[in-house]
Amino acid sequence: MSKQYEMVIGLEVHVELATKTKIFCGCSTAFGGEPNTHTCPVCTGMPGSLPVLNKQVLEYAIAVGLATNCEITRNCKFDRKNYFYPDNPQNYQISQLYLPICRNGHVDIETENGIKSVRIHEIHMEEDAGKLIHDDWYDASLVDYNRSGVPLIEIVSEPDMRSAEEVIAYLETLRNTIQYLGASDCKLNEGSMRADVNLSVREVGSETFGTRTEMKNLNSFHSIMHAIKGESERQIDLLESGESVIQETRRWDDTKECSYAMRSKEDAQDYRYFPDPDLVPISVSDELIESILAKQPEMRLEKKKRYKEEFDIPEYDINIITNSKHLADLFEETVSLGAQPKKVSNWIMGETLKLLKEKEMDPEDISFSASHLADLIKMTDAKEINSTVAKEVFEKIFFEDVDPKAYVEEKGLKTENNEDLLLEVAKRVIEANPQSVTDYKSGKEKAIGFLVGQSMRELKGKADPVAVTEMLKKLMS
Amino acid sequence: MKNIIDDATIEYVGILAKLSLTEEEAEQAKTDMGKMLDYIDKLGELDTSNVEPMSHAFKVQNVFREDVVSNGDDRENILKNAPEEKDGMFVVPKTF
Repeated sequence: MSKQYEMVIGLEVHVELATKTKIFCGCSTAFGGEPNTHTCPVCTGMPGSLPVLNKQVLEYAIAVGLATNCEITRNCKFDRKNYFYPDNPQNYQISQLYLPICRNGHVDIETENGIKSVRIHEIHMEEDAGKLIHDDWYDASLVDYNRSGVPLIEIVSEPDMRSAEEVIAYLETLRNTIQYLGASDCKLNEGSMRADVNLSVREVGSETFGTRTEMKNLNSFHSIMHAIKGESERQIDLLESGESVIQETRRWDDTKECSYAMRSKEDAQDYRYFPDPDLVPISVSDELIESILAKQPEMRLEKKKRYKEEFDIPEYDINIITNSKHLADLFEETVSLGAQPKKVSNWIMGETLKLLKEKEMDPEDISFSASHLADLIKMTDAKEINSTVAKEVFEKIFFEDVDPKAYVEEKGLKTENNEDLLLEVAKRVIEANPQSVTDYKSGKEKAIGFLVGQSMRELKGKADPVAVTEMLKKLMS
Repeated sequence: MKNIIDDATIEYVGILAKLSLTEEEAEQAKTDMGKMLDYIDKLGELDTSNVEPMSHAFKVQNVFREDVVSNGDDRENILKNAPEEKDGMFVVPKTF
């Protein structure tokens, strides 16, 4: 390839807001209910039903806008986006075209190449659609409207990203900002955060944009990375062979790792937006903005700074822990219960992340209580249990949230501190293994390891290995 | 009639509305739509240079609901609106 190309990427990110009820009706937003049990005339688009805006949706949207440096549109309204599709029972989606709630913001992202600002064009509020279920054996589709009317915000960036790494950094920044605000759990795999990637390529140095395509159905960072790589290569190949890129929507197939065109040109989109007459305009007051600002929590950058000042833990650990609101909350709560920060950080960075990775879980899936981790750390500090037992107990805490005190008591895992017993066992092991004793005495320091192992076995692993080693050394000197 | 709807427009509007019109129906629709647009054009005759643009018919703003679940499971009634149901869901023509 003689020419040098660069990618130009803009993102449309949909985020499901963490409200208890839908955007325009009092139906529950809980995930996973029986089909159509969270529906009413409003969210199934029955004639004559009247939508009323959930105030929490407006407050979350403004909170996200303020946290991403947006201007808040003081007089805003909703519009109807018209299209026919069975997951959309009204035949229009209530969205915002003309006066979106937030405009002209930016977020700072950090990659290996340093800090860069990605501009946000707008954030608007809208409703989600229902879910279509396709049954291979049945010549029809089935619709569940539980998700119909679940509140979304759509965050539209400017085409400011130039690599897959920047896209991931942007998404991570949005995700942790929104999680910190408590406005959404932002789980890509469950669809509470979804990204559409608009991508074009152009020769390096060019000021104009190439023709872009839009890719949908990207539900993990992994598929986003692969889709960006695949699509940029496809476009470069087209240009190199003298063909041109067609502006179209493409669907990413995660298993085949390739994209295919979704909509043809004949099926052009014409949404005929117009103001929704059922919903009255919104006027955002200074008081509302001030009250939301006052509730804005400590965000990641401030938290990182404070951790550096307050806790003696490595910067690497701080980066990982603060990247997830859940981990940061767990860390702070455990520390506030009197556990040593460095030790809490070790448990999070070590065993917690290890188990999350093994079980392919997100930090948001952690369900154990901070008090149980704090108790475990205190018991280890007090030498009530040794580190091997502690790891075993931690697994029980991680998966079943057991109370470590009760569990250790019940299973008899307490460290054996009885000096007489240790002495007795050590004597017995020394007597039974004369060869190891000779080896040790002739300078083979390692030979003691075997004797410690034998003693620990006799003590069923419930002793402090340091104390056992000391005891053996004393007896053999 | 000042507004003349051409064949291409009526075909396009038909596609958007998911309607397939016979030739006679298309001709009738062209006449009807032309008349409607003429009628709407009448509004243009009024001098509105001193009237503030408005975005809504009522002088009401900021009507909100609190975020409290107020609807229970009403699936049985909701599904009465379905032409056909299966496994608690609406049955629709196969759609991708």
